[in-house]
Amino acid sequence: MSIDLSQFHQVFYEESYEGLDAMEQGLLEMDVEAPDDEVINTIFRAAHSIKGGSGTFGFNQVAEFTHVVETLLDEVRSGDRAMNQSIMDLLLVSVDCIRSLLQDLQAGDDPDLTQATDLKSQFEAILNGESASSESVGEVNSEDNTAEPIANEGGGKGYKIHFVPEETLLQTGNEPTRMFRQLAEVSDDCIEVSANLERLPSLTAMNPEHCYLAWDITINKAIDRSEIDEVFEWVIDDAEVVITEFDLSDSTIEEQASEQIEEPIAQAVSSEVESIAPEPAADKAPVENTAEKEPAKAKAKAKASTPESSSIRVSIDKVDSLINMVGELVITQSMLGQLGQNFDITRVQRLQEGLAQLEHNTRELQESVMKIRMMPISFVFSRFPRLVRDVSRTLDKKIDLVLSGENTELDKTVMEKIGDPMVHLIRNSIDHGIEMPDVRIAAGKPETGTVELNAFHQSGNIVIEIKDDGAGLNKERIQQKAIENGLIDESTTLADEQIFDLIFQPGFSTADAVSDLSGRGVGMDVVRRNIASLNGSIEVSSETGKGSRFVIRLPLTLAILDGQLVKVGEEIFIFPLVSIVESIQMDDTAINNVGGHSDVLQLRDEYVPIVQLHEIFSVNKDEPPADDNIVVVVETDGEKVGVVVDELLGQQQVVIKSLEENFKKVEGISGATILGDGTVALIVDVSGLSKMSGTSIKQIDSAHKAA
Amino acid sequence: MSTVEELESEDNITEAEAVSTEQYLTFIMEEEEYGVDILAVQEIRGWESATPVPNSPDYIKGVINLRGTIVPIMDLRGRFELTKPEYGPETVVIVLKIEFEKGSRIMGIIVDAISDVYDVPIDDIKRTGFGDNQNARFIKGLVTVNKHMVILLKLEQFLTFD
Repeated sequence: MSIDLSQFHQVFYEESYEGLDAMEQGLLEMDVEAPDDEVINTIFRAAHSIKGGSGTFGFNQVAEFTHVVETLLDEVRSGDRAMNQSIMDLLLVSVDCIRSLLQDLQAGDDPDLTQATDLKSQFEAILNGESASSESVGEVNSEDNTAEPIANEGGGKGYKIHFVPEETLLQTGNEPTRMFRQLAEVSDDCIEVSANLERLPSLTAMNPEHCYLAWDITINKAIDRSEIDEVFEWVIDDAEVVITEFDLSDSTIEEQASEQIEEPIAQAVSSEVESIAPEPAADKAPVENTAEKEPAKAKAKAKASTPESSSIRVSIDKVDSLINMVGELVITQSMLGQLGQNFDITRVQRLQEGLAQLEHNTRELQESVMKIRMMPISFVFSRFPRLVRDVSRTLDKKIDLVLSGENTELDKTVMEKIGDPMVHLIRNSIDHGIEMPDVRIAAGKPETGTVELNAFHQSGNIVIEIKDDGAGLNKERIQQKAIENGLIDESTTLADEQIFDLIFQPGFSTADAVSDLSGRGVGMDVVRRNIASLNGSIEVSSETGKGSRFVIRLPLTLAILDGQLVKVGEEIFIFPLVSIVESIQMDDTAINNVGGHSDVLQLRDEYVPIVQLHEIFSVNKDEPPADDNIVVVVETDGEKVGVVVDELLGQQQVVIKSLEENFKKVEGISGATILGDGTVALIVDVSGLSKMSGTSIKQIDSAHKAA
Repeated sequence: MSTVEELESEDNITEAEAVSTEQYLTFIMEEEEYGVDILAVQEIRGWESATPVPNSPDYIKGVINLRGTIVPIMDLRGRFELTKPEYGPETVVIVLKIEFEKGSRIMGIIVDAISDVYDVPIDDIKRTGFGDNQNARFIKGLVTVNKHMVILLKLEQFLTFD
């Protein structure tokens, strides 16, 4: 009868995270003054399912905590309690708290309950505080008023519950013993349960997955009816539940009840303290939250090493189109099969047609399969409204976040890895970029700063823009810091882009004070490295007083690449097509030699350093370089390099295979692939290549400018 | 391409059943017999050309496509700095799956010819000092089988491509 529930855990986590996202989004959208019922309902429903799910799977810590959250939400929903800023902050922190509890559980750790306990008492304080004040009509002192509700209930109403579940109860994921345990908890173990075996069939007729038992439950304690209702809430449709009240005349029970009074008093007193000064508490919440984010993040990193099977949600459209294509493929295959059975030379034409059809089908199929991994970037973007809200409140800045292009799709792997660098950039924009409101007004700018996030596709890449209308990068200060840190000489003259580029150097920070948000100077170089590890690039432009703009360029996917095949000696190498600017026939007169070592090619109005692929890759080449060698001009990080190859072969899509998996990282090579004939060809790492070329074009540029 | 099972010779297995033994696949290189733990051997295949990898040590002959996985091929003669080999019809590639702390890697080693499979009692493996022999780190120990010496290799050492 035991069903292994752990098989559903992954689904539960995913659904819960989705629910939490929905809660967070709803809370952020909500207008505190006039909350929309629909939004509150959405939040409530999400909390409710998380509670239900976590209870079912035995994650009681989560269920208990979510329960108090839900109780508060329920009051808001039913209009018994007005929404206010402090409640909203508390709810947002709770969302984080539930998320971190779930993450702990998912990683197989024991969840850290300190924050949950702390928040829970805050919730209880709000809940009790409100009910106390609502009942304290008149000038009743607190002792009287808390005694009152207990006295009301303590009048001695117990409950008899007749619980006859349907046979299929267990299949819906409900577990009666769990419900009894919960009842025992709310009634402080003043509970009697007796099972009714009448329905039990003979052993041969029994279906082991059915529930034949019925129960009679007696609760000898005055508790709130709603607490009982809640226990049965999930099974009410699958069972016959009759709850009858009876008078408790047993005096010992009365005593027990009066003992219970002690605790609520203490709570009510503390809640009054809280409600006298709700403002400081409200201010405290977000600060605590951001401060606590750091350790939580570190934890999440440590967890990344634990193996987790991730899954992906695919829209039904994509699946349908896949099925269509497979259908077509099968038709083409059977057509070719028939053709092959009685083939003669007159049918060559049809064979060719069939093969063309097959190629078409395969390519479409491949594209659709790749599309499954593509997800809209809104999955990343959606976390930023919260971030901007929290950070700007901590800093007392007013900031609008404008999102556009949320539906731009990119590969799931890329998306998972781009989140952290983006968080960093946005925090930077808020912390360093946007000025304080008074400074902004003095500068003639609107009080509220704007951070814009934009994503779009551009020639096989996804481009993500992060733009703010803040102070912009301070060129003088960057330069000065760079000189202090010994990154550049005092005498060096640098172009604007080169100065901005300095912020990506390790250990570079111009922030006057190190805050817990940013300014430690450990950030931008890591951002660039992370992005480079995704084969992407980042560039920055800025105008003093107007703002800064960061542009991240990433490949759409990591698994497949449009490649240009080239031949050097007997070897075939592959260039990523996106990095190729142009390919030209080498003309001797256009080649100049700089300082006896580096060749540069004069390409219209610029000089491009040249590398001989056979030299740096030590490929055996018998004949001396012919005059009609071909130069493939590639570009990365804004630098161009001319690569001399023997021959251009075709272009094709290649599947990227790791070379490091069984070997090691090789300079100048980013991976390998398998060609149509089964042999291995290596993929050229264009950015590595430009480093190997020795002289970078930028140096040549500045040499020219200096001259 | 031949499989490991075919090479197993029965006369060696009977010798030491009571004592704990390890099985070694042996091959010949420069008249000497070397042995690798048979559990690490994935397959044995004939030598075919590999794609050379630039900026790699000379003893890496290149990478091959092993059913969709890119696998480096190492010339063991080159690794031991023996004389340059002639690749002939007997030249084979032993594909090894080498376990190490962080996981496992697949690698092919080119050897002159496959020899035999032996059961080696663990206690019989002799660890000898080799002075400043450069290749000592690749050697797990020596063992005498049928009156001649077999050199047992420490595979994880081959993963450092220096």
